[in-house]
Amino acid sequence: MNALRRSLRLVFETAQNALGRIFPDAWNPLLNLGALGFFFYWVVTVSGIYVYAFFDTGAAQAFGSVETMTNEQWFHAGLMRSLHRYASDGLVVVMLLHLLREFANDRYRGARSFSWLTGVPVLVLVYVAGITGYWLVWDKLAQYVAIVTSEWLDKAGIFGQPIARNFLSPEHLSDRFFTLMVFMHIAVPLIALLILWVHLQRITKPRINPPRGLAVGTLLSLLVLSLVWPATSQGPADLLEVPADIGLDWFYLPLYPLFETLPGPVTWGSSIALLVMFLAIPWLPPMRRASPARVDLVNCNGCARCFADCPYSAITMVARSDGRPFEREAQVNASLCVACGICAGACPTATPFRRATPLHPGIDLPDLPLAAIRERLHAASARLTERPRIIVFGCGNGVPLSGLDSPGVGVVQLACSGHLPPSFIDYVLSRDLAEGVVLTGCAENDCHNRFGISWTEQRIAGERDPYLRQRVPRERLRTLWAGPLGRHRLEALLETFAAELSRLPSLAEERARRRRELAEAGDD
Amino acid sequence: MTDLLRYVGQAVFYAVVVLGIGYFSQRPIYEHIPPDKAQILLSFSHGGARVEACRRLSAEEIARLPPGQRRPNTCSRRRLPIRVQLVLDETVIFDQVLEPGGLAGDSPAHAYEKFLVPTGRHRLLVRLEDRGRTDRFAYESELVVDLRPRQNLPIDFKADKGGFIFYL
Repeated sequence: MNALRRSLRLVFETAQNALGRIFPDAWNPLLNLGALGFFFYWVVTVSGIYVYAFFDTGAAQAFGSVETMTNEQWFHAGLMRSLHRYASDGLVVVMLLHLLREFANDRYRGARSFSWLTGVPVLVLVYVAGITGYWLVWDKLAQYVAIVTSEWLDKAGIFGQPIARNFLSPEHLSDRFFTLMVFMHIAVPLIALLILWVHLQRITKPRINPPRGLAVGTLLSLLVLSLVWPATSQGPADLLEVPADIGLDWFYLPLYPLFETLPGPVTWGSSIALLVMFLAIPWLPPMRRASPARVDLVNCNGCARCFADCPYSAITMVARSDGRPFEREAQVNASLCVACGICAGACPTATPFRRATPLHPGIDLPDLPLAAIRERLHAASARLTERPRIIVFGCGNGVPLSGLDSPGVGVVQLACSGHLPPSFIDYVLSRDLAEGVVLTGCAENDCHNRFGISWTEQRIAGERDPYLRQRVPRERLRTLWAGPLGRHRLEALLETFAAELSRLPSLAEERARRRRELAEAGDD
Repeated sequence: MTDLLRYVGQAVFYAVVVLGIGYFSQRPIYEHIPPDKAQILLSFSHGGARVEACRRLSAEEIARLPPGQRRPNTCSRRRLPIRVQLVLDETVIFDQVLEPGGLAGDSPAHAYEKFLVPTGRHRLLVRLEDRGRTDRFAYESELVVDLRPRQNLPIDFKADKGGFIFYL
């Protein structure tokens, strides 16, 4: 499973990097798959409502009304029909890519299995909605879909009378069956939407809208496709003739030729096995979960910064339980915590300058406490023998850091870039542990823990608590968000950064200059 | 990369994606049935005769029943299996005994069978026995038909309409 994940991740990273050359980072389609799924869903909904206004639901009238839309009302209803079809296909594409990408990035196990489990029924429901939609046109494709679907359902052996008999001859066809299909085609997407709402419950600030530029580009391209290559019907259904050459929608119906020919036990058995496998994937094998973040009430003042920064809604603020004069305290829901450490990075008490008392912040990771990170930092700095000395802070999901240590470069690994309190950067430079600091991690807009990069950048820019202090010389700090394929970029950055640092005055000289400036300002 | 090249790149990306969507939305064409074949679809729901005919209960039998369940007749709910045979040009292509449906065997038996046959002129003979006899069929219908390429010929059975119905 690991090898499969790694190979898939490599494919996605390569594609992302390629798209990153032509799209602005925020617009990269592969970094917006979930949001694009929602976008397609809304396009399908709006175009579906429009088309429904012109659609006759009777078995005898359905085909004619769709033909009228396509041929006589092509500039509005026909266009909407095509948009409805192509956006539905787009939805399947981004949904499957989203699923594969989350699998490749190992974001489906442990605390994240909830999103996976709630996503699988949505996948099934989207397919049901699409298949019932094809049924409604009542052309030759609809006839094929209706017959193969009902024959497949009959093979389950749970229906009293074969459903497929409803399509035996024109005399057997009933409007009531059509009404049922219309009902399903409307109800199923609504149920899917409800489950999508549940799907997003365990993540903070979910991105459900793609960036405007990407949305406009996607919609425009769908519109152009709908105008240039409009969706058409495949001749009226005729139950006295077998649909022969069928233009299948391979996004929705790729298994239909198999369903039609293979025996019932095989198709039902493999369908159920596939569904069970999808549902069981988070436990194949289960994730070895790191210990969840732990609150130390002695140092927690209930400031709620960890609550605001947690990407998984794993922290809640509850009434104070220790009698100290604060209104609230942080509480960690262990089942939601992925141990990313972003909460520790947000804690105002997480400062490495504390030497008189042990470094125990208000919230911390038991498996990788900030005190241990400070120790590793000291050890890495002590090994540096070549100037300029650079300390690289990086996460385990981004640029690979193994073997990067050298006489001039020391590496300190974090759980996530957002795990690092900004005061550590100040600490490195003010305590003369290195001449420069590099922060690196996942690719831009693709943080494994969703907000690690954003929060780090905002903390450095002084836009989000805790701020990186103004006194930290920014020319001695570099960030690189490059992902697993960014090793060459990191090496190149280290080379140029070292050259730049060599040209800067020493840290001692800078501190002396600053003291002089402060003294002069005081004299004035 | 210049902005112009990036925009061109984006346009190419969108074009490739929507062309892919447009193409696989209806292509490649799937040949569901060869052009030189037609289909015979035999399907019906029909209940065979009851295994045991209804019989009047004797006074003693009625007296033995609990007071709330006393009735004049007793009827077995279970039905007999149905035998169906389809003969195409003197060749038996289907001959099967269909068990009644339902857990108690008291529901109609169902048939839904498809046969791909060469196009052209054929003589079809279809028979059904629903009373448990082995030496004869209760219903029998014959049809000489010129099957067109990809024609679907459904055959239904409705006892109240006299037997088999061919939809042409």
